[in-house]
Amino acid sequence: MIEVQNLCKQFGVFTAVDDISFNVNKGEVLGFLGPNGAGKSTTMKMITGFLAPTEGKVTVCGADVSKEPIEVKKSIGYLPEGAPAYDDMTVDSFLKFIANIRGYHGAEKDKRIENAIQKANLESVIHKTIETLSKGFKRRVGLAQAILHDPPVLVMDEPTDGLDPNQKHEVRLLIKEMATEKAIIISTHILEEVDAICDRAIIISQGKVKFDGTPKELESMSEYHNAIRLTLDGYPSLNAEKLIAELSHVNRVEYDKSGDEKTVYEVFAENATEAAKEISHLAQEQEWLVDELVVQKGRLEDVFRRLTTGEAEGLTHE
Amino acid sequence: MNSVISIYKRELSSYFATPVAYVFIIIFLMLAGVFTFYLGGMYERGQADLQAFFSYLPWLYLFLIPALSMRLWAEERKSGSIELLMTLPISITHAVVGKFLAVWLFIGIALLLTFPLWITVNYLGEPDNPVIFSGYLGAFLMAGAYLAIGSCISAITRNQVIAFVIAVVVCFGFILSGFPLVLDFFKDWLPQIIVNAISSMSFLTHFNSIIKGVIDLRDIIYFVSFIGCWLAANVILVDMKKSD
Repeated sequence: MIEVQNLCKQFGVFTAVDDISFNVNKGEVLGFLGPNGAGKSTTMKMITGFLAPTEGKVTVCGADVSKEPIEVKKSIGYLPEGAPAYDDMTVDSFLKFIANIRGYHGAEKDKRIENAIQKANLESVIHKTIETLSKGFKRRVGLAQAILHDPPVLVMDEPTDGLDPNQKHEVRLLIKEMATEKAIIISTHILEEVDAICDRAIIISQGKVKFDGTPKELESMSEYHNAIRLTLDGYPSLNAEKLIAELSHVNRVEYDKSGDEKTVYEVFAENATEAAKEISHLAQEQEWLVDELVVQKGRLEDVFRRLTTGEAEGLTHE
Repeated sequence: MNSVISIYKRELSSYFATPVAYVFIIIFLMLAGVFTFYLGGMYERGQADLQAFFSYLPWLYLFLIPALSMRLWAEERKSGSIELLMTLPISITHAVVGKFLAVWLFIGIALLLTFPLWITVNYLGEPDNPVIFSGYLGAFLMAGAYLAIGSCISAITRNQVIAFVIAVVVCFGFILSGFPLVLDFFKDWLPQIIVNAISSMSFLTHFNSIIKGVIDLRDIIYFVSFIGCWLAANVILVDMKKSD
């Protein structure tokens, strides 16, 4: 439903977005990741028709953004970064304005507004002016505005930024709930969010796509993917590390910073399940008090840092 | 059309949501009274007309209209709501026209509220009411011209004070260019055709003939096309500057 082809954006000599291409299909939630200033917002602004691309093409629901901007804007719900709104309006009159401009009248209009208010949980503040609202409520007004016309495509720039954990959870539920019949793009700094709601993640840095794949694939790129974490109570003999390293399936052992009264080892192995078995045998033999023995999924932070600081050129999964 | 009306309604109601509208109307009416009765000497003239009111109007507009127009686009850019507005299914032209109409109509309301002046002259004598009507028409058209400049300049900057100051200066230029003092200065060393061109760009030249009761199509075309040109520039500027 969203097709982005070779998109470039230059501001003077600065290249904000450099040859980005991807598609998003119906039922898909795409997570847009990247450090600040990577070009996430600029890309979203070009998809929603706010900025004209320097080069490349964006097609939304079959319409070219640069040729039929109004058609495209009709089919997109957009939550800009920081959820700007008209601060001197009440929530109610703001949503009425949005409904009017989207061409709704009478009972249909009331129904849509009511629906958006309910979905974004705004019942308690509808008669307050937007400038008096907290950051979380403002964000939800922006959300209500974006979903009011039930668009087939949703583009949200940091939808959970500034929300408390409960509100974050609600917004994520809302996004998941809508995901089945829409194509959704969200940008975020929060890596756990990618795991929680996205079917696909794209990491961009310095305007380029560094990774495009599922969150699982992203995890598997981590050094710690399938690494075994062994946590022991107390401090076993000093040669524990050596004993573990000598096991046949184990490649390498790292002594991690230990917690209170605990010793933590990171064990790297080709075959994690076999290695885990060996370790648990060894622990029984040595009568170690095992607190935890887990095969890790991978650390997204690590991958993110590696991909965006330029240490991993050309690691793009397709 | 629907989108123009939606923008227009929102803009107009935003003036009334804050004290801006009331402050403006009160100050406008007070100053209009001061200009008409003290500076214009309406009683001393001994004539039942509103010349005293109309002839000071360009100076009253000079400060009040840029004060109204300065926020039109500057605020939109400063708060970032322009991103919301420009990603709604409307064209920039719709937004520019909707906003312009809202403020223009608002000034129209303020002008209508000067009706006590009209009642006064009708009570005191027998004025030529068609001339007064023509004066109001001219006043409304000229307000549109000031406003179009103000709206366009408001799109250049995200700072409302800068928008105000520049708009005042530009509007002042369009008043001055019709002033005999300024024209005399040019007359000595510029060809007559250029002096005429400068003079014909002025609000005063066109406004003065309308308030005398002469509704010349050329004057109306001047104001309408003047508004059109500045709004067209406004559209281009909004498009250029929206993401800065």
